[in-house]
Amino acid sequence: MRPENYEAIKQPPSNEFELNFGPNHPGIEGNYAFRVKLNGDEVLSARADAGYLHRGFEKLMEGRLWIQNIALVPRICVPDPVPMEVCYSLAIEELCGLEIPERAQWLRVMQLEMSRLAAHLFAFGGHAATTGMYTPMFWGVADRDLILDRFEELTGGRVYSIYNIPGGVRRDMPDGFLDRLGALLDYLDSRLPDYDSLFFRNQVFIRRARDVGAMTQEQALKWGVTGPNLRATGLAFDVRRDDPYLAYEKIDFDVVTQPGGDALSRNLVRRAELKQSIRILRQVIKHLPSVKGAVRCPIPNPLAWNVPAGETYTRVESSKGELAYYVVSNGGDKPYRVHVRGPSSMHAVQVLEKLAVGSRLEDIAQIMFSLDACPPEVDR
Amino acid sequence: MSDISYKDKGSILGPFKSLSFFSRKPVTEPFEPRIAADNYRGFHVNDWDVCIGCSTCQKVCDNAAITMIKIPGLPDDPVMGIRNERPAIDYGRCCWCGLCVDICPTSSISLTQEYVHTCRENELDSYFILPDPNGMHNKLFPKGWSKTGDADLVDLERQPMAEMEPQSRSDNFDEIVDGFTKQQAIIEASRCVQCGMCHDSCPTNMHAPEYIRAIWEGDAEEAVRQMYRTNPFSHVCGRVCTHRCETACSIGRRGDPVAIRWLKRYAMDAVSDERVREIAAEGKADFVSGKKIAIIGSGPAGLTTAFDLAKNGHAVTVYEALHKPGGMTRYGIPEYRLPYDRLDADIDVIKSVGVRIECNVRIGSDITMEQLRQDFDAVVVAIGLQQGRSTRIPGSDHEQVRASVDLLRMITAGESFDVPESVVVIGGGNVAMDIARSLARMQKSQYGKVAVTVSALEDFDHFLADPEEVKEAREEGVVILDSRGPKECVIDKNGKLEGLTTLGVISIFDDDGRFAPSYDEVDEQLHHGGMVIESIGQMSDISLFGEELTEELEWNRGRLQADEDGVTSVSWLWSAGDMVHGPDVVHAVADGHRVAASIETYLNEGSSNNE
Repeated sequence: MRPENYEAIKQPPSNEFELNFGPNHPGIEGNYAFRVKLNGDEVLSARADAGYLHRGFEKLMEGRLWIQNIALVPRICVPDPVPMEVCYSLAIEELCGLEIPERAQWLRVMQLEMSRLAAHLFAFGGHAATTGMYTPMFWGVADRDLILDRFEELTGGRVYSIYNIPGGVRRDMPDGFLDRLGALLDYLDSRLPDYDSLFFRNQVFIRRARDVGAMTQEQALKWGVTGPNLRATGLAFDVRRDDPYLAYEKIDFDVVTQPGGDALSRNLVRRAELKQSIRILRQVIKHLPSVKGAVRCPIPNPLAWNVPAGETYTRVESSKGELAYYVVSNGGDKPYRVHVRGPSSMHAVQVLEKLAVGSRLEDIAQIMFSLDACPPEVDR
Repeated sequence: MSDISYKDKGSILGPFKSLSFFSRKPVTEPFEPRIAADNYRGFHVNDWDVCIGCSTCQKVCDNAAITMIKIPGLPDDPVMGIRNERPAIDYGRCCWCGLCVDICPTSSISLTQEYVHTCRENELDSYFILPDPNGMHNKLFPKGWSKTGDADLVDLERQPMAEMEPQSRSDNFDEIVDGFTKQQAIIEASRCVQCGMCHDSCPTNMHAPEYIRAIWEGDAEEAVRQMYRTNPFSHVCGRVCTHRCETACSIGRRGDPVAIRWLKRYAMDAVSDERVREIAAEGKADFVSGKKIAIIGSGPAGLTTAFDLAKNGHAVTVYEALHKPGGMTRYGIPEYRLPYDRLDADIDVIKSVGVRIECNVRIGSDITMEQLRQDFDAVVVAIGLQQGRSTRIPGSDHEQVRASVDLLRMITAGESFDVPESVVVIGGGNVAMDIARSLARMQKSQYGKVAVTVSALEDFDHFLADPEEVKEAREEGVVILDSRGPKECVIDKNGKLEGLTTLGVISIFDDDGRFAPSYDEVDEQLHHGGMVIESIGQMSDISLFGEELTEELEWNRGRLQADEDGVTSVSWLWSAGDMVHGPDVVHAVADGHRVAASIETYLNEGSSNNE
């Protein structure tokens, strides 16, 4: 055989290889994976690999009574479960035409903001850990625990509060709850400078996160990015302000933006939102005692509750972005179809796949945490 | 706007601030057990004395974590609505949502502040727990999530029933109760938790959960279909049933029981009589068996037996001594409670499956029992209790001392009698209320005023008549006196009845629980009345049997001896209804089914023997 007739088998260059990143990896939120193609430590392409957490929430909901799903939905996002309950309840309330009492609306706002605080503490702690800084993570998780204590007191459950049901909330808050919540807010407020000096204004973090996983506003809109990630590209969009629900219309807060679109901006937005949530909660504490009355409107026997036929798309602003429930009822005692628009399902799949390209292997974890992607929202 | 600018370059020294934390107390949890919040949703406890085993917790559980377990030794009484089953929790499935607590009709189940349970590998089944009042590890923890007014998911209030005002109903026999509208019926039906206590307590085991569900789904025809599985007197029972189902209803433990009787009435009224006949005929045998059965008495027991046997292809003839069929449902219950056309509708359905009813035929005189025995394969006696019992007090043999059943029969038949301006009724049961309220209506239309006094032995805490009967009777002007025993019917010198004297009751039963009323002789009252009506119970007229058969049959204290299935000591003769079991329509219906099943077995055995 003559050498000119011989075509050598093309081997990939020895410096290119494929790596399974996750599903068990300290740099991954939850059970989630990427198949990453690398050239050295530069990412050539990344392919999201979901399914490790799949429990089939949407399908499960079709087989359960409307009320039974209130125990199921919080599981779709473990770090920020309250918006799931509230959004699902809002959808049913809309289909049934239920007018929920004002007190319940304020109690829901209170939980939503408590949950946002807890989720943001978790998120920045997680991000810090991906850059090798473990102290902020311990701080974030420990302070989140203090919020969970208040959840436990209010709802009887620390993580899955299962406190909201269609029609309002399940019971009123215990005596003196707002005082204890106020004390917690004072504490958290006093902690913000600590977080700043240790993490947000830490030069190591700033230099590490700047320009990592950057996207433009145009890209963000095209890819369906919402929430703090979108606001980090400079667009002030927040469902609480732009499509208000519950009592948000009566509450003053700022929609915080950052210009960079990168991991740093996203973290700075969350840092500012900690402050905003504390501000909202203080207004709730001030206003709630003057709102008297029931915490739930009358609802039918849950075992014999037919929700009128119809469909609705109901959205709230979760800590991750625009969370929405598309609920279809055929007039039966169970949902005909529920689709959950988990904001992370965009962030963790199409956005992450694109942002990872060109970055370095060690930044994948950082990008994922800066997007605050929550894998169960992908695996619904 | 933001607290930290994007352009902020940060500080390299800032993080050293955290060194100051060396001197602070650790945030970690202490080693001693952490006390949970007052509201905490920990492990379950269940108060077995309050729990009735209704399994509603099991139905709402979204993880199928609850299994109902039979506990021998616990009370198990369908009539009281108690089962000896208690929920057991699989903590491998439970998610501590607490919906079981919020929906528990009795509020027996709660969650505690206890939340730690560990086990070794060989104790894995220790996650399957039967909660009792003592807690998961026999250590009492304070209650956490338990029932509150806010969180209660049980609808305790029933839909209001529209009825005629007392002034507009007091001089006529129009039906008092309007019945539910469709909307009301659906809402009322939606209160049901489908526990099935009603089914278990009903003498004829009506499929109440199924028909309530069907009404809730807006399918009245399906509801009627479910009713006709067990009750061909659904119109009647929808109006005058003693509704043991509602006594047993688990919602009634803390609130108003589901209005099961009114729901039945709603469904029957919502479906056309023609469609009801079609539904009732579903499943009728498409052959003729060639067997003939005679039934004496066209009350609920007799006609239910007839309905079942006719549907099985037998030729059934019902003999009725009076002008119209229905027995006590027609001649004992006033029209304001049960309109005759609704009774006729029920009877039409029974006739439509092939039952022949011959009225104005008195067995014993027009046809003898011996003739029936010769002409038919089986004979059922279901003649009820048509003779009033007498107090036998002095003066009770006066012509103006009457029996309530006789008068009620006359009112229905349209036979006239003189209604005096004032009347005294002896008795405190529902029949006493029926005659008192009927006469009150007649007085009101004749004289413009009511003067009816009811004197009952029992006190109001132990009254025999239904509370709503007492309430409505009072609204119509009837005076009801409790704890009064009849002493004498007073007759004046001219032989005219003056009224009734009564004595205050000290006790009704003796130490052994036997009926032996004792009176306070000092506390004597005279109640004026031109008529005294005895309404203290009924008995059967057994003259139809004739001497020979009476001799052959076995008797028990004057009652015909028959077993559960109505089998008497004579092989071809069955007995059903009030005359053997009593005491109301739905029991008679249940009796009718049992007797029909017994006859069916007898006929089948007979035919197989012949082969």
